[in-house]
Amino acid sequence: MSVIVPTASPETKINLNDPQVVAEQIKMAQPDAVESVSAQGIVVKNDKLLDVARYLHDLLAFDYLNNVTSVDWQDRFEVVYNLTCLARGGAPLTLKVNAARENPTVPSLVPVYRGADFQEREVYDLMGIRFAGHPNLRRILLWDGFAGHPLRKDYREPYYEEEKKPFGSRWDQGHHVIAEDRNPWHDNVQYPANFDAIAYKPPRDQIQAISIEEATAARIHTDKIVLNFGPQHPSTHGVLRLRVTLEGEIVRGVEPILGYLHRNHDKIGERNTYLGNVPYTDRLDYFTAMANNLAYVLTVEKLMGVKPPERAEYIRVIMAELTRWQNHASALGFIYNDLGAFYTPLIYALEERELILDLFEATAGSRMMCNYMRFGGVARDVTDDFIEKCKYLVNERLPRRTDELEAYMVKNELFTARAKNIGILPRDKAINFSTAGPVLRASGVKYDVRRAEPYSIYDRFDFEIPTGTVGDLYDRFVVRVAEMRQSLKILKQALEQIPSGDTMTGKKNYQIRVPKGEIYGRGENPKGELGFYIVSDGTPNPYRYNVRAPSFINLTALNDMCVGYKIADMIVILGSIDIVMGEVDR
Amino acid sequence: MSAEKPQTPLPPIAEGEEEWIDEQVRRTVWTGAWNKMLDLLDPIYNWGRRNSVWPMGFGLACCAIEMICTSATRFDIARFGMELFRASPRQADLMLVSGTVTKKIAPAIVRLYNQMAEPKYVLAMGACSTGGGPFKEGYNVVSGVDKLIPVDVYVPGCPPTPQALLYGLMQLQKKIDKQSLREAPWYRKGVSEGAPEPILGPDLIDARRLEEITALTADPEKLAARAVKLAAKGKKE
Repeated sequence: MSVIVPTASPETKINLNDPQVVAEQIKMAQPDAVESVSAQGIVVKNDKLLDVARYLHDLLAFDYLNNVTSVDWQDRFEVVYNLTCLARGGAPLTLKVNAARENPTVPSLVPVYRGADFQEREVYDLMGIRFAGHPNLRRILLWDGFAGHPLRKDYREPYYEEEKKPFGSRWDQGHHVIAEDRNPWHDNVQYPANFDAIAYKPPRDQIQAISIEEATAARIHTDKIVLNFGPQHPSTHGVLRLRVTLEGEIVRGVEPILGYLHRNHDKIGERNTYLGNVPYTDRLDYFTAMANNLAYVLTVEKLMGVKPPERAEYIRVIMAELTRWQNHASALGFIYNDLGAFYTPLIYALEERELILDLFEATAGSRMMCNYMRFGGVARDVTDDFIEKCKYLVNERLPRRTDELEAYMVKNELFTARAKNIGILPRDKAINFSTAGPVLRASGVKYDVRRAEPYSIYDRFDFEIPTGTVGDLYDRFVVRVAEMRQSLKILKQALEQIPSGDTMTGKKNYQIRVPKGEIYGRGENPKGELGFYIVSDGTPNPYRYNVRAPSFINLTALNDMCVGYKIADMIVILGSIDIVMGEVDR
Repeated sequence: MSAEKPQTPLPPIAEGEEEWIDEQVRRTVWTGAWNKMLDLLDPIYNWGRRNSVWPMGFGLACCAIEMICTSATRFDIARFGMELFRASPRQADLMLVSGTVTKKIAPAIVRLYNQMAEPKYVLAMGACSTGGGPFKEGYNVVSGVDKLIPVDVYVPGCPPTPQALLYGLMQLQKKIDKQSLREAPWYRKGVSEGAPEPILGPDLIDARRLEEITALTADPEKLAARAVKLAAKGKKE
């Protein structure tokens, strides 16, 4: 897409989706900022990063930071940023910056993109790269006091089976070893030298205390209290912990404390084969296993240059859209748990979900963790019976239930009273915080990866992108219901058009060879943009495997959404983001 | 050749010990009418308990969704009297460990377990909580909740289907049926200490092994040997 850019020369239309063009623009403003340019991205000098980011954000309208990740190249570190202009769409621009091996430091992008906040903390936690100027650079997924930075290549877990998979042999010389016998104490732990466990005192949580000046300056002399939510709490959607600063009943600050379900997807993914990672993606956002599979498979296919056959494309879209429907229906049910109508509305929402899970079970063999997509197709074909049942659901049952759910749950007077004008996230903030999915669209941003950078066969279908107006809690659910309808619309078209034929390109391979390269691939998941950043070095295992988790990044905006509202609203606002801890903590 | 073994005489009973032995016999080998009556009471007592096992609503990961499905319309856990998911551990009888036990959550799980009132049961749901599951290799994953607290029933699967979970719950009911009032540990004297809470240090520190850990890390040779052992385990011998 070509646009007119005000900087260089107003007459010429330039393609800002090309890194070469963007690099030239940067060179005009910052002559010595760019180190090198390639199709893989623009490498920027470490000390000029903030200036370049400001320039890209303010003048070239790269207003959305998709992902921040890092790669350990043994001799140096590399921090990778993916930027998009929401209005232009297209593939994201990759910006890279190098950091020294010893004491790596990179300027923080939080002053420009607030959405970098949690992501930079994650990079600091797992890779040990410091971000100069970050307001709150602490560990996020692991705890304070943890020894080491696990994603570095020289870090070894206390327990692992083999350096790379697949294994040389599990049955060495005819005898086998029970994995736990190799592991002292039967625990998965390791300690630094000269560690005195008896005298060890864990560091206390840093509780933000209010100063006396601050307290006396306030008109009402109530003390601020710090309240701890979770990790075991019925309304935190899993093992999330929130540290809430309250003034009376008003929320003055929320700090999510994450990592209680940190399952080391990145590290395990680097040891697995490419195919071995497919079942792990199921367990990211366990509500939407099929859509996760799709995003991952698409990313690797992009790197391999494989295209699945027509029928497989249609099956993928059908699965992904069924997933979207059931995810949004469950989200509607779960919000009522938070509102205080415990469980009964959820049962309504889960009823149809079971029917969709039946379809998944009939095809993939498992209800939730489908592990269905493969590189270049799908694991197995669907039967005619599946198509028939799916047609019944899509044409008759689900539209009826969508109307019903909307009438009971969204247009419900009590819900409207609780939800309208609560948790407002204005448009510019939503973009700056890198929120994605229904949260972003409810704030009035018409951005959907299926339209902005069409993947699979989404460009063939006729569907709309519903958006909200105010960006409050109510809008988020209106958008979700509208998306359910659009999903059904896509499903109807897909079920009519689905051709017969193969479901796999080439033969089924246990192990694939992926050419050298780096790629950021993404898909529009029900929760938002799910991205994968994969670095391949030509071996059967990815060199770097990073997940851009929409739930995790959406949580960055939680504090700004909640401040000023009542504590009861905070619970509902958290529910309206629709987080899943498996994806937040990974 | 058969030689009779010289019988060693029993040691003489010390003063005051006789009463203690009588007391022990009375407590463990309970005879008489009371015994029979309690035998009759057991089925009634257990019938009540087995049909009102209140689980703690503590969803850890993916398995929690199947736990919710189990309690929804199709599978309907209410048939077993277990639909009352309590948010507070004080009101719960059963801890459904539904998901991956990470090191960061481990102290919280043990604390919740200690807060539950007796009689309490633990059901390890899914591959992760039984043995680490697919995430076993992770640096932040405890390979099984039984490393921290005692487990009554293991339900395999990733995640287990609701049917499997219901089967596991039925096994738990069987276990409850076999318990007797006379032997129930929670009516005995003495306070149970509970499981010791692990500490989050440079890694997860088991409070039962502080001395062992300190001794190991103080000795560089031992620590190096352990590292070698860990590094060599993947290689072919």
